[in-house]
Amino acid sequence: MINMQNQTINKTSRRDFLKITSLTGGGLLIGFNFFGAETETPAAVSGTTGLAADLEFNSYLSIATDGTITIFSPNPELGQNIMTSFPMIVADELDADWNKVKVLQGPIDSKRFDRQITGGSGAIPHSWKRLRVAGATARYLLIAAAAKRWNVDASECTADNSFVIHSKTGKKLSFGELAEDASKITAPADVPLKDPKNFKLIGKAVRNVENKNIITGKPIFGSDLKRDGMVIAVIKRPPAFGSKIKSVDAAEAKAMPGVIDVVTFKNNVAVIGKSTWAAINAKDALKVEYEKDASSSESTADHNKRFNDMLNGDTATVRRKDGDVDTAFKNAAKVLKAEYQCPFLPHSPMEPMNFFADVKEDSVELIGPTQVPGSVVNSVARLLNMPADKVSLTITRLGGGFGRRLQTDYALEAAELSSIIKKPVKLIWTREDEITGGSYRPAVKYRFEAALDDKGNMIGYKLRGAGMGAGNSVRENNFPSGSVDNLLIESADYRSPITTGAWRAPITNFLAYAEQSFIDEVAVAAGKDPIQFRLDLIQKAKTSPAGKIGYDLDRMETVIKTVRDRAGWGTKKDVSQGFSVYYSHNSYVGQVCEVMMKDKKPQIQKMYVVADCGIVVNKGGAMQMVLGGVVDGLGHAMYSKLSFKDGAVQQDNFDNYRLIRMKEVPPIDVYFIDNGMDPTGLGEPALPPTGGAVANAIFKATGERMRSQPFIEESVFSNMA
Amino acid sequence: MAVFHLNVNNKDLTVDVEPDTPLLWVLRDELNLTGTKYGCGIGECGACTVHFNGTAIRSCSVIVSAAEKGKIVTIEGLSVDGSHPVQQAWDEVDVPQCGYCQTGQIMTAAAFLKKTPKPTTEQIENAMQGNICRCGAYHRIKEAVKVASTKI
Repeated sequence: MINMQNQTINKTSRRDFLKITSLTGGGLLIGFNFFGAETETPAAVSGTTGLAADLEFNSYLSIATDGTITIFSPNPELGQNIMTSFPMIVADELDADWNKVKVLQGPIDSKRFDRQITGGSGAIPHSWKRLRVAGATARYLLIAAAAKRWNVDASECTADNSFVIHSKTGKKLSFGELAEDASKITAPADVPLKDPKNFKLIGKAVRNVENKNIITGKPIFGSDLKRDGMVIAVIKRPPAFGSKIKSVDAAEAKAMPGVIDVVTFKNNVAVIGKSTWAAINAKDALKVEYEKDASSSESTADHNKRFNDMLNGDTATVRRKDGDVDTAFKNAAKVLKAEYQCPFLPHSPMEPMNFFADVKEDSVELIGPTQVPGSVVNSVARLLNMPADKVSLTITRLGGGFGRRLQTDYALEAAELSSIIKKPVKLIWTREDEITGGSYRPAVKYRFEAALDDKGNMIGYKLRGAGMGAGNSVRENNFPSGSVDNLLIESADYRSPITTGAWRAPITNFLAYAEQSFIDEVAVAAGKDPIQFRLDLIQKAKTSPAGKIGYDLDRMETVIKTVRDRAGWGTKKDVSQGFSVYYSHNSYVGQVCEVMMKDKKPQIQKMYVVADCGIVVNKGGAMQMVLGGVVDGLGHAMYSKLSFKDGAVQQDNFDNYRLIRMKEVPPIDVYFIDNGMDPTGLGEPALPPTGGAVANAIFKATGERMRSQPFIEESVFSNMA
Repeated sequence: MAVFHLNVNNKDLTVDVEPDTPLLWVLRDELNLTGTKYGCGIGECGACTVHFNGTAIRSCSVIVSAAEKGKIVTIEGLSVDGSHPVQQAWDEVDVPQCGYCQTGQIMTAAAFLKKTPKPTTEQIENAMQGNICRCGAYHRIKEAVKVASTKI
């Protein structure tokens, strides 16, 4: 804990962003603030040095006298490979021997870390400069220490592979040998960073540092946790949104072997068992009666009606208005109108929700997988009416997140149960709980309208998003805004009792599909090539922009042209190609999908992907994010469907809720634009354009537009005889 | 409760559990072999795959009493140190993203390659079709099975 008396509070600036000290037992320790400098959050700095737990900095890099380099990775790891890419950046600037770098999950402390979350594809962009400076500063100090020892000028020394070398004499000293001396040298405020062309690790494919633990089945996930005296909790939740508990008969469940207790809290009935199976089994023996609550019990048909009410009503919020839309549509040579729809979807991480909580009289211990450790600590503290500094949290590796673990509900359930039964509890959700339990991707329906002049130019554009718990379901400053003189973008939202939350690439994961499908329709109606049509729009935005443009036109253009050329757009006779491009999380991704007809049904043959995320830190991890993002986008657009009857979800597990499998995945050609710009997001941006590229290729092959997800329910897949 | 005699990773063990307990929960809760994962509980995702007499089975869908007369191998018994050719291939190809499904993927691949050491791409796809990877690491999983087939 931070000792308030020893502490001085500084506004973080470049100058005090680093703190150099000796490591207990010898070595160099550099504390550095991952997130504070940009947000101007006060950073606590004290004279206390030594152990990591005492260090008043957000994270640290240490070099021990045996040459071991340790770096903490503070962000939750859910497969985005941050535990590998963060230390790669430090190690590169440090000129470290990668084999001597040890990576540890950073400790959770909501007071010290102001953005210790995994979400928004933001970790690398936020930390890029800080990590580089940390590595470069350590390198500077090690070189200075060597130069002093050799009594030579530092400019004659270089670092390589964890050694400092004096080039004239060929003398060399290891980082470990120099660490102690280096810790006694004062670091300058500014150290030079590498010219990116001298990067040795950054840009290479470096394997995941956790591979060995994963492939040998080590207990690194929250659900693997075991503690003495720990009991297992499984919860029976209402069978439908819009219902509440009327009565609970737990007699039979309580009498079952291995059952410790049955606890009713809020709208839940929890079975506390000695083992997971005892709890799961007894859950089925609970006799719970439910009744309607004050909210509505909705079916998919009700949602469809609501969508149409929102699309036709006059309660939408205007998000952007350029020019004179009414006149443009009145004067148009041709007008197009189309609607696109996406269902609610669960996140389905392979590791179902789980959390461990041990609530005691004056402290709480939490362990588990979360994308938002700080929020979990604060919300548990609020729930239990306890100061947040009495709540500790150990973060485990996450078996997938996709936005589901941005919610704190399951951790709160574990804490509440532990406080009621006064035992350490591991709460486990079943797969059925996850699919039927809410916090879904919002369901949305879009209506697009376009006005074309007699030369096929888009002179008017209208978009209205109708969402269910989506908030703002449009991105009003994104493409094609800026390239159309007369434009109206609106959104309407309905707050259904069905709960929603962020889902990988929130909003854009369905908006991009709808928008890119519609742009394709407009291009066809204008008699233009769909890619050239988009390039013309970008040209228009460059020469005479209409209002604010929220993205970089040149980068978008480069991505479009590069994927066009790589895919051999328009040159292939045996396949039908569809194109899509989208900007999200400050990155640009263009895609071409190729479809062939087999047995009179469209079959996806290949995808081409070009991504501009600036400098690629880890080519291997980046490749995974792109491949995974495309597979995610393809799978959910093609196969995944959640429907409702009287408030109840009609799918509950992977036998009736379909996720993409190996055979449905086509070869994917991936290319990264190399422009040397600072890194932007990559955990999400490859997903949004996928649905549009696939839909447009299917149109090219069949003449049918994919107006609703999942595509597999469209007639081209089911009814074509 | 009843006593069952199991052979897991070449060790004879006894467990005292309810007779209807799925092997998955015996492995995870009773034997601390948590490398075998719970994903769906109905045999649809493959995260709980183990070997039973050399065949890949879904441990969530086999009750303990049916698992007595045979040799069970879990990820912890595939090799002691990750040196099995399939595990090595998984590391070389750098397959894992979140990693949760990968032990099940590896167990399916290991049993498959034992019976089909020189598989075609189509055979690999058929063998791996039952294992879901929500991160979408399918390209690398397929590649790793191919690489592993050159090591066996």
